[in-house]
Amino acid sequence: MELSGAEIVVRCLRDEGVEYIFGYPGGSVLHIYDALFQQDDVRHILVRHEQGATHAADGYARSTGKPGVVLVTSGPGATNAVTGIATAFMDSIPLVVLTGQVPRAVIGSDAFQECDTIGITRPCVKHNFLVSDLSKLAETIKKAFYIATTGRPGPVVVDIPKDITDPKVKIPYEYPKTVDIRSYQPKVKGHPGQIKKAVDLLLTARQPMIYSGGGVILGNASQALIDLTRFLEFPITQTLMGLGAYPATDRQFLGMLGMHGTYEANMGMHQCDVLLAIGARFDDRVTGKLTQFCPDAKIIHIDVDPASISKTVRVDIPIVGEVQFVLEEMMALLKAADFKGSSQDISEWWASIERWRALDCLSFDRNSRRIKPQRVIEELWEVTGGHAFVTSDVGQHQMWAAQYYKFDAPRRWINSGGLGTMGFGLPAAIGVKLGHPEADVACITGEASIQMCIQELATALQYRTGVKVINLNNGYMGMVRQWQEFSYESRYSESYLETLPDFVRLAEAYGHVGIKVDQPCDVRPALEEAFRMKDRTVFLDILTDPSENVYPMIEAGKGHHEMRMAPGVSTDTELS
Amino acid sequence: MKRHIISILIENEAGALSRVAGLFSARGYNIETLTVAPTEDASMSRMTVVTSGSDEIIEQITKQINKLIDVVKLVNLSESTHIERELMMVKCRAIADKREDINRLCDRFRGNILDETPTSFVIELTGEKSKLDDFLKGISEDHIIEVVRSGTTGILCGERGFNA
Repeated sequence: MELSGAEIVVRCLRDEGVEYIFGYPGGSVLHIYDALFQQDDVRHILVRHEQGATHAADGYARSTGKPGVVLVTSGPGATNAVTGIATAFMDSIPLVVLTGQVPRAVIGSDAFQECDTIGITRPCVKHNFLVSDLSKLAETIKKAFYIATTGRPGPVVVDIPKDITDPKVKIPYEYPKTVDIRSYQPKVKGHPGQIKKAVDLLLTARQPMIYSGGGVILGNASQALIDLTRFLEFPITQTLMGLGAYPATDRQFLGMLGMHGTYEANMGMHQCDVLLAIGARFDDRVTGKLTQFCPDAKIIHIDVDPASISKTVRVDIPIVGEVQFVLEEMMALLKAADFKGSSQDISEWWASIERWRALDCLSFDRNSRRIKPQRVIEELWEVTGGHAFVTSDVGQHQMWAAQYYKFDAPRRWINSGGLGTMGFGLPAAIGVKLGHPEADVACITGEASIQMCIQELATALQYRTGVKVINLNNGYMGMVRQWQEFSYESRYSESYLETLPDFVRLAEAYGHVGIKVDQPCDVRPALEEAFRMKDRTVFLDILTDPSENVYPMIEAGKGHHEMRMAPGVSTDTELS
Repeated sequence: MKRHIISILIENEAGALSRVAGLFSARGYNIETLTVAPTEDASMSRMTVVTSGSDEIIEQITKQINKLIDVVKLVNLSESTHIERELMMVKCRAIADKREDINRLCDRFRGNILDETPTSFVIELTGEKSKLDDFLKGISEDHIIEVVRSGTTGILCGERGFNA
């Protein structure tokens, strides 16, 4: 079979099993768009801005576990995609981003819509390729999918000069079945000696903690994590990226840790004697002040990426390998070791944890006459039975969503954790909905974040992706305002949005349903109504208490045991 | 802060150098010298990086370089017995008595005079960094017109080769 470069691109996607490609046409990719037009296997989703394409593909990838695919043109198409590529890179999300490039003959001549896409994206991709020869096109696309989805996943950019896709030049096509890259051999199995040492250490623990991250979700190791945690009967905390891997409603779960983690999770970290870190990377938002991080703990760290181990925190037992494999090996050893007989009694440790938990650090004023954002999230959880896919933007609403929506399953909580990209939530929700057409999908956002990619409301209409936008509207860039209150003596420099659109009319202008909610008692009926309209995108503009802050909070330079609690929540020093 | 010499075998692809150089600048690692050249295997290039840092930093540098998809293999030569060499060419003013001084210094360091005018020499010298530094100290600073150094390269001692 002889195909042109443009046809090869589309055939490769089909042969890779790609359902959706998120993109926006332009000069350098017109041949590819023409090839897309003439087939029905791969469905193109036309976004309204290339950043939206990358976020939508990202949301699709995070929620389905399959790679997200993007197609954009050269120059501004590629640069607009960069924010989304960097977002996926920081959270290790598999994306394949195809960018058009000017024809080979004019590369380097400052041609129209030319930019050095390879150079611009290099620091924020797992790898990138410039296709310099038509005969290498199919192989390069195969490599891109392989690299994006194996080892520690990440985005891969394939930059394709326009003349490579020339419809007049045809070559025989065959999609490679396998790929072997001598310089890229990701490690799967952990070192058996290290796994044995780790199990021996776990058996000596009197005050153990399990701390798991996004790697458990990316590695589809949720069940292995649940099995191990339940078997050991250890307390577990999770990072922002790890939520859902272990059910949040389970007694052994202490909530999220870190800057806005729970009291019990952070105190547990501070006082533990053995820490089992699984698919997490000791991010600064998690560790607090490094010199005070887990001062008395021996640390075991399982990660597929050797560079994540001992990057910020030195660990005692590193294990490089896929999380699922390592956890299953640990389970096998524990069962063989007759664990119950050889392990320590940790009931005193659990008693301490229960005392910390009894402080109820996430309590808030439930009798307020203003709408409390925390309560909105709780009601969303109740209305959706805890089963919704929830995307978020970045800021206070993101933290409240993480704290109050109790995720019981992996891949349900979709947010930009590493890069913290405002504008992520709405396009990500569209991607999630396409991957899960029957599911309830909510985008928890704020009036500042939502405006960064609001044009994607048009995409939501075009593809009838009925997502529910929960706009926690407090008039401020809430997290900026909170930091200014705490650290800048309430000098609210440029964090108040003096002019806001009428979101209800805006949603209606885009062809959706808009509902304004300004009374606490109206929140629940509005949510119920929104989710009843299965196929409609509903924009709930919920006016929340502008003075509300996210608690607890570990401020910059503080340790896990130095949390700032919500007003009215005591921190009995006896307990710490 | 110890000095380390890291030898990297990398796929001979366009942009390979910028991947390594970009990694160092993005993560704030030092580069003292960096050399790149083809190897006996045309599909690969060898880069030799001289850097410095604490043990933790050096561990991160080697892990991060290894993580680059195009890097086939990496060895920290400083951890084994190895030989390192750098090529230097020095253009210096050489008149009257100084001509004889420089000539003698050149002999002592086993340098070669590659170019000679009535008032100047171009001298070639090979050796470890410290030897080249000493030679420059030997010629007083005001006589040096230009110094061109290649950066350090190195090889492991013994029979075993560092190949793919």
